[in-house]
Amino acid sequence: MKVFQMVLFIFLIVCAISVSFSKNLLNSIIIFMSYSLIMSIIWILLESPDLAITEAAVGAGITSILFFVTLKKIHAMIAIDEDKEDKHSQKSVSDKKEGAK
Amino acid sequence: MSRLLSEEEYRKTKAFQIKRWYRSEKDPYIGKVELKPQKPFVEDIDAQKKRIHDEAILKRNIYDIEHNRKLQMFSKFYRIVSIAFVISLLAILLYVVSYLPPVGNAANPDNNEVATKYIEDGMKDTGAVNIVTGMILDYRAFDTLGESNVLFIATCTVLILLRVDNWSKKKEEEENDRLYEPKNDIILQKVAFFLVPMIIIFGIYVILNGHLSPGGGFSGGAIIGSGLILYVNAFGFKKIERFFTQRTYKWICFVALLFYCLAKTYSFYCGAHHLETGIPLGTPGDILSSGLILPLNICVGMVVACTMYAFYAMFRKGGF
Repeated sequence: MKVFQMVLFIFLIVCAISVSFSKNLLNSIIIFMSYSLIMSIIWILLESPDLAITEAAVGAGITSILFFVTLKKIHAMIAIDEDKEDKHSQKSVSDKKEGAK
Repeated sequence: MSRLLSEEEYRKTKAFQIKRWYRSEKDPYIGKVELKPQKPFVEDIDAQKKRIHDEAILKRNIYDIEHNRKLQMFSKFYRIVSIAFVISLLAILLYVVSYLPPVGNAANPDNNEVATKYIEDGMKDTGAVNIVTGMILDYRAFDTLGESNVLFIATCTVLILLRVDNWSKKKEEEENDRLYEPKNDIILQKVAFFLVPMIIIFGIYVILNGHLSPGGGFSGGAIIGSGLILYVNAFGFKKIERFFTQRTYKWICFVALLFYCLAKTYSFYCGAHHLETGIPLGTPGDILSSGLILPLNICVGMVVACTMYAFYAMFRKGGF
């Protein structure tokens, strides 16, 4: 169990560092999500299941969903969509952007 | 209107003027101050050229680091001062840490009688098997009231910041909202059809068993809120508005917070450690036990679930 705990701690540190060094915002949110999941397992190992449930629901679930929605609102997820062949939706976005300018 | 004065006399009184000003029925400046329409500012081409030229010279002179001695000095000074500041801050923090008592010392201030009392008398005082819930919702219930109020205030702030009032804009937001998503994704809908009831039932279980097993109002409410968010993602806002609108949110939050306030502020007004509520504690381990903890858990859970969903809806389309 001690080894398992150490592995989890190392994962936690790796996640925390790679969140700040990741260039893609979407990737950093997903890493943040995994950070919360590891944290909730660690809470169980530290014998506080109350916190583990809350961390899993709030940290891994709702916070990251709110982050995703915010990214979509500020059009930070467009770069990913450009690879797709769906041209119609893109055109409307660029039209709207030009209209806004 | 006034009952004592006639219509014309009432119009001359101060109260009528204040009322009119408050309702902004009449602008007091209209007819007294001359209003001139403003001309748009037009810059002729020569002035524009001169301005751009000046800006270019200014920029070249300022950012020419090799010939600008002041800038060189400043950048060196800036680096040295920032390093010195960080080092001094580190030294101060380490100096403070060296004054902390060693970990695990029996004479530490955290080893006092409070923790012992909670562990020994917790079940007898509150009737809750889960000692954490007993502490949160019985000994420290007033703190939890503040916590749920903070959540409510946070939603109000998000509402002020993100709410879209204009109808045409609202429509545009709703259309723009699903630009990158499939509208009726059959896989997501089938998965949500099975998952959403399970998630919500699990949330209700966590709330109702808050005083018996791990969990409680906050975590159960967050689980129910995430279930609602999944439902919205799968089926759209039209379907959820059949049973959950802004009115529902307002009434649920209002009733839950009001019940919590009425149930728990007696300790605030009386300032007493533990007053008798008159509600029997029951046998520890039953669902209907431990006095006020179960209804308070339900209140907190409802507020949190509504708040989580409200955050999501507000971020998504600026309203419900």
